[in-house]
Amino acid sequence: MEILRAKGLTKKFGNLTALSNLDLEIPRGRIIGLLGPNGSGKSTFIKLATGLLVPTSGEITIAGATPGIETKAMVSYLPERTYLNDWMRAEDMIAFFGDFYEDFNRLKADNMLRDLNINPGDRLKTMSKGTKEKVQLILVMSRDAELYLLDEPIAGVDPAARDYILNTIITNYKENASVIISTHLIADIEQVLDDIIFISQGEIKLLSTVDDIREKHNKSVDGLFREVFKC
Amino acid sequence: MEWIIDSDRPIYKQLVEQIELRIISGMYAPGDKIKSVRELAMEAGVNPNTMQKALAELERMGLVFAQRTSGRFITEDNKMIEEAKNTLAIKEIDSFFEKMKQLGFEKEEIISLIEKAEGDRNGNSKS
Repeated sequence: MEILRAKGLTKKFGNLTALSNLDLEIPRGRIIGLLGPNGSGKSTFIKLATGLLVPTSGEITIAGATPGIETKAMVSYLPERTYLNDWMRAEDMIAFFGDFYEDFNRLKADNMLRDLNINPGDRLKTMSKGTKEKVQLILVMSRDAELYLLDEPIAGVDPAARDYILNTIITNYKENASVIISTHLIADIEQVLDDIIFISQGEIKLLSTVDDIREKHNKSVDGLFREVFKC
Repeated sequence: MEWIIDSDRPIYKQLVEQIELRIISGMYAPGDKIKSVRELAMEAGVNPNTMQKALAELERMGLVFAQRTSGRFITEDNKMIEEAKNTLAIKEIDSFFEKMKQLGFEKEEIISLIEKAEGDRNGNSKS
C-alpha cells in the first residue's frame, strides 16, 4: 500500500485557499521533492500530513490511516521552524527523542553529532542558527520512520553540511520508507530525488521523475522550475 | 575518477556512461565485484533507485552481471569490453569531426591537422 494518499484534499484559511482539491499517491521507497514558489502550499500540505492541520474537505491518509497518534509513530517530521527548547542541551534532546519515539536510533544520532562536530553538551541557545538546524535534522533522521517529511531541511546550513545531509538521506534510504523534501534549493538536491512535484497556488502543476524532465526538456529540474515559475 | 553529473541530461544515462568508462579504462577490472547500489549511490551523490536503474541498464548491455546471492560483477568477457571501447571511440571521433566541420575543416585537412598536432606534441616537427 502507498505510504501517503491524498484525495480531493483542500485547505482553506478564511477566504484563502491554500490547497485546492489535491489528488496524490506517494509509494514507498521514493525520495520526492515538493517544489514550488513561496506561498504555494508546500508547508500546508506537509502540516496536513502530520495532523497539525485538518483538511477543510477531502482526505489525506498515511499508510491508510488518518493522521493521528498511530501515524505519528510512523512519520518523522522536520518543521520549517524550530520547536526545541533553547535551554536544552543536544544530549537532552536526544534523550527526549529516545523516550518519545520507539523507532529512535540513539547510535545513529551520536554518530551524526560527531560527524558534524557538534558537542552533545552544548546548549541550543549557544548554537548558531545553522547548528541548531543540524541538531534538529539529526533528531529527525535518526528515527527509523516510514515517512520523513522535511520542510526546508537545507536552507540554513553551509554547503558542506548540505552534502552531508544529502548523503545521510541516501544512506538512510529504505525500500519501505519514503522521504518528502520541500525546498526551493532545487539544484542542490535534484540528483538525490526520484520524483518531483511542482506545486503552485495550491495545485499540482507537474508530477514527474527527475530523469523524465531532463529527457523531455533537455534541462535540469532547476532550469525547468525557473522557466515555469518565471516572475 | 570523480563522478560528474551534468544538470541537463538524464542522471541514469550519465551514470551508465561513467561506469562504462570505468570498465573500459580498467579501473573496474573484468570479474571485479561492484560495490552495493547504496555505496555507489552515496559515492556519486545520487538517488539509489537511479543507480539501480543504471546498473540494470549495464546488465542489459552485458557489461555487468548479477549473481543472485553475491551481488554484481564486471563481465569477464574481454571481447565485450573491447567492443564497448571501440563503440565509444567511434562516438568520440564522430563528435570531434562534427565540431571540426562546424569550424569549416574538410576531412583531409582534419587528418593532417591531427598528425601535425600529434607530431608537435612529440617534439618531432616544428612549423
